[in-house]
Amino acid sequence: MINDIIAIIIGMIFVNNFILTKFLGLCPFFGVSKKTENALGMGLAVIFVMTIASLACSLAYDYLLVPLRLEFLNIIVFILVIATLVQIVEIFIKRYSEGLYRSLGIYLPLITTNCAVLGVAFLNLNENYNIIESVISGLAAGIGFTLALLLMSGIRERLELMDVPKPFKGLPIAFITASLMSLAFLGFAGMIK
Amino acid sequence: MGYLAELTKGLFKRNPTFVIVLGLCPTLAITTSLENAIGMGLSTLFVLIFSELFISLIRNIIPENVRIPVFIVIIATFVTIVQMTIKAYLPSLDDALGIFIPLIVVNCIIFSRIEEYASKNPPLYSILDAIGMGLGFTLAISLISIIREALGTGKISILGDIIGDASLPIEPMMFFILAPGALLTMGLLLAFFQWLEQKKEAKESKEAK
Repeated sequence: MINDIIAIIIGMIFVNNFILTKFLGLCPFFGVSKKTENALGMGLAVIFVMTIASLACSLAYDYLLVPLRLEFLNIIVFILVIATLVQIVEIFIKRYSEGLYRSLGIYLPLITTNCAVLGVAFLNLNENYNIIESVISGLAAGIGFTLALLLMSGIRERLELMDVPKPFKGLPIAFITASLMSLAFLGFAGMIK
Repeated sequence: MGYLAELTKGLFKRNPTFVIVLGLCPTLAITTSLENAIGMGLSTLFVLIFSELFISLIRNIIPENVRIPVFIVIIATFVTIVQMTIKAYLPSLDDALGIFIPLIVVNCIIFSRIEEYASKNPPLYSILDAIGMGLGFTLAISLISIIREALGTGKISILGDIIGDASLPIEPMMFFILAPGALLTMGLLLAFFQWLEQKKEAKESKEAK
């Protein structure tokens, strides 16, 4: 049991890093990685939403769709659960923590259409994780996402000052940077079976 | 606005992948072989056409405040249809694309076309826009996957036994099939298109003088 959980954590953060090996959540990865401050805000919001979304989707599947034999509706139900959840989280944070709302607020609506969140829900389903494993895999995937986002934003802040060839300015050089980072993360492959 | 212009703008001038740079996740994740890319492209095309059509038909009765949930449910419905069809008739494609079929729901291309276009334009134009954008996406990911499959496996196969595969006289470079290869290919292609654009601009400004 404990070994499985450690394997999930290491797997989700390093070996199957959501951004660099699974290509989930690339839009925010390239969109919000220009400044470290924004990257951290987005990363924290994603960790938070991914963890509770994993829990909520897992609960909805096990206790709603399976008993009613409506498994084929999983796409519609998952996306609605996530969209609703993000709204509720936004309202709660706004009500109870003004500071947190100011730092996470603008990133929350963007998360609904972040494929990483829906992706983790489907991955949990495909891997047949139980509820505890799902929550842990959501948390770990969020941490992996934030790690890659933070590393990228650090590099991109410096890249701004570099003399990049004109055709490579902007996105192309960001893709090539990400490619080198991904190559480095490939080194983690084989850490778990 | 001409019908033809609406149809062709998605192919080159406003290509969703290389010019607007949207829908990156499937673009990079499933372009390991031409077959997967075509499967993904056509699935997205299908979802795009029907969701743009339906949303365009009901665009005047959707309340402004709840438009996003409405869009999501309509897109998700068509994605479910695609998923069930692929599962039933093309199980090998289903295995290859995996979770990226349900993730068509959050493909930003679909969302942005609906928000920007279908919710404001009549059905016929919306269908043309959807076909153009969908084919533009299919062409773009096919291009990426041809480069990756050719360099990464040394051959290109379409429907394996039925049509056959073309072998190339090169040593396969595993790098291109793996994740970093996708990012590198995309980066180089984007740089190439940016270079073309800059050359065109330079020429135009010269002529203007």
